[in-house]
Amino acid sequence: MTGRAQNPPFTGPVLRVADITKRYHLQGPLTAKISRKGEKNNILRALDGVNIELRRGEILALVGESGSGKSTLAKILVGGIPATSGAVRYHGVQMPKRRGREASRRIQMVFQDPYSSLNPRISVGAMLRELLLLHRIVPRGEVRAESIRLLNLVGLEADALDAFPSQFSGGQRQRLAIARALAVRPDILIADEPVSALDVSVQATILDLFARLQLELGLSILFIAHNLAVVQHLSQRVAVMYLGRIVEVADTAELFSNPRHPYTRALIDSIPRMTAGSVNEAFVLEGEPPSPFNIPLGCRFNPRCPFAGDACRIEDPALVVVGSVTGASPHESACLRASDLDELSLARTPNPAVAGTVRSVIK
Amino acid sequence: MTDMLLEVEDLVIGMRRAGRPDAVIVDDVSFSVAAHERFGIVGESGSGKSLTLRAVAGLLPKGVEVLSGRIAYAGKSLTGMPPQERRRLMGPEIAMIFQEPMTALNPVIRVGEQIAEGPRRHLGLSKKAANTVAIEMMARTGIPDPERRARAYPHELSGGLRQRIMIAMAVSCNPRLLLCDEPTTALDVTVQHQVLKVLEGLCADTGTALIFVTHDLAVVNQTCTDMAVMYSGHIVESGTVADVLGDARHPYTQGLLGSAPDFDRPERRLVPIPGFPPSLTSRPAGCPFAPRCALAVDDCSKAMPTTELVAPGHTAACIMTAGVLA
Repeated sequence: MTGRAQNPPFTGPVLRVADITKRYHLQGPLTAKISRKGEKNNILRALDGVNIELRRGEILALVGESGSGKSTLAKILVGGIPATSGAVRYHGVQMPKRRGREASRRIQMVFQDPYSSLNPRISVGAMLRELLLLHRIVPRGEVRAESIRLLNLVGLEADALDAFPSQFSGGQRQRLAIARALAVRPDILIADEPVSALDVSVQATILDLFARLQLELGLSILFIAHNLAVVQHLSQRVAVMYLGRIVEVADTAELFSNPRHPYTRALIDSIPRMTAGSVNEAFVLEGEPPSPFNIPLGCRFNPRCPFAGDACRIEDPALVVVGSVTGASPHESACLRASDLDELSLARTPNPAVAGTVRSVIK
Repeated sequence: MTDMLLEVEDLVIGMRRAGRPDAVIVDDVSFSVAAHERFGIVGESGSGKSLTLRAVAGLLPKGVEVLSGRIAYAGKSLTGMPPQERRRLMGPEIAMIFQEPMTALNPVIRVGEQIAEGPRRHLGLSKKAANTVAIEMMARTGIPDPERRARAYPHELSGGLRQRIMIAMAVSCNPRLLLCDEPTTALDVTVQHQVLKVLEGLCADTGTALIFVTHDLAVVNQTCTDMAVMYSGHIVESGTVADVLGDARHPYTQGLLGSAPDFDRPERRLVPIPGFPPSLTSRPAGCPFAPRCALAVDDCSKAMPTTELVAPGHTAACIMTAGVLA
C-alpha cells in the first residue's frame, strides 16, 4: 500500500471530531405545518456537539436509534455535507470545508443498501477504472491488474469485471461497494449499516471481510449499526449516540458488561436474545426519542430515564471519564449519575415526564 | 376433525405461465397452528415465508396463486371458499399485521377511524361505540393519550406508534388468529422490544394464536412457542422453538445459528454459510440446500428429501441428519 507509507508519522487518532453540530432550518408553510404544528422552533438539531475520535486500525461502532444523527455524522465525515460548526481533523490537520481530490480520497464510505448504491448501467470494470484513473492510483496500463487485485481482496473473481451490478446477489454487491471504496486507498472507511440489508447467512461473510480488511490493510473503520450483537462481535470500541450527541464511549467488552449510561443499559436490555431466560424484563424503556426540534432541557435523556433526578432536568451533562481507567481506553459517559448507576435499584418508578415526551412526537 | 385452528397441507404457491410449466415459489408446505399457539416462520429473503403467510390471509400478489394444496381454518377450507365469505373472516377471525405501517395505513384517514372500521363493519357497532372500542384498543397496545392520538393522521405518528395502531386495528375485532409479517423489522431495538411485549401481552390475554414471520432467530426465540424454518420454498425443519434452536437437525438451521451473532456468546466465531440461496428460476434438483451444504452427498441432489420425524414433534427434511429416528 504505497499511499499509506507516505503518511507522516503521527501517533494521535486518525480522525478527531471536535464539537460538530449540524442544524437544519426548516421553513416554508408545508414543512412547518407537518412537523412543527404549535411549536415555534423550526431548527432541527441533527448533531448537537459531537466529540469522538477514531484510532488508527480500530473498528469503532456507532450505535443509536434512528434519528439519533448517526448517518448525518457519517455524511459530514466523508465531506458529503458541511457541518454547521466544529471541526473534523484528519491526522491532526483540519479537513477543509470543500475537500479536494486528495482530501476526499482519505475517507471513503460504504452505504447500507447495495441495491441502490451501485450504478446499474456501469460495469464493475468501468466503475473501478474511473476511480483508479481519476485519482491516479495506478498508471493506465495497470488499471486492469489493479481492478482484479481489488476484486480478489473483497473475495470476488476477475470475471466480475465485465458484469453489471444486477448480475450479483446482495452480499456480492456489498463486496463490490467495498471494493469501490478501497480503490482509492483510503485510510478510513465509514460503513453506514453495511450489513442490515443482507440476509443472516450472508451478513457473516461481510463481517468477516471487514475484520480481515482491518487486519490486513490497517484500515480504521467507523461502523454504524443498530444491531448490537453484530457490533459486539466486530468492533473494538463502541460509541452510543442519542439525539445528536455521543452519550457513552468505551471498549466493547467494557461497554456491554458495565454500561454507565441508562440509555446504553436500555439498549442492551432490548436486544432479542438467543439464550432462553436471559431477557432482562426489569428495564424496558418507555416512549420514544423526543423530537430533534425540541431537545429536552438538562440531560437529553431525562424524560425517558428511570433514574432522572432534579439535577438531570437542569444540567446538560458532558461526556466525561467515569470509573477507573483500565487499559488504553477510558470509559466515558454523559450521565450525572453514572457513578451510582449500579446502586440504583432497577425497580421502576413511573416517570411522570414520559407521557409528555411522547406527546412531542405528534403536535 | 382436529382441534387445530389452522391447517396448511401440501401448499404449493406459484405463477401459472402460458405454454410453460408453472413457476413454483412455495413448494409442498405443511404446518398447523393450534389455538393459543405462537408459531414462528423463519427464513431468508426469497424463502417464501411471507408468501405462505399471505396465502393464509388470501392476499397473494397479482399473478401469484395457490396452485395446489389446502388451507383450512377451524375445519373450513379457505382455498375453496367464495371470496366474499372469505373476506368476512378477515377481521373477526383472522387479522394481519404488516411490516411497513406507513404503507399499510391510509394516509388521509384519521387512525382512530381506521381502527373503528373493523368493529363497525364486522361487529355492527355504531360509529360512537366503534370509536370507544378503537380508543380502548389503542390504550391496550400501550399508546399514551389514546383519545387525542385517535384524531391523528398516520404521518403525525412515529414508527413505533404506527405499528401499535396497526396492531390495535388487527385486534379490534378480537381475531382468533393473528398473522404478523416482520412486524418489528423496521423498528429500533427499544421500540421492537416494546411492540413485542404488547403482542405477547395481547396473545396471553385473549388467547389469540399467532403466526410470526421473521428473519430474526432471536425474535422468534423470544416470541414464539413453535417454529418452522423455510429455505427456498420448503419447510426444512419444524418443531418447538426449544427443539429447533436448541437441537437443530437440518444443516441449514445449523448454518443460520452459526452465522448469526449471539449477544450472549460474543467470543464465538461466526461461520457463514458458503454460497447464496438459489434464485427462483435456478433451483437445483433435489435438496435446494445441497449446493451450500457441507454434508451433501450425491443422493442429496437426486430428490427432495422427505420430511422425517427426528424426535417427537420435531421434523427435518435432510437425508443426512434426519433419518435417525426412522
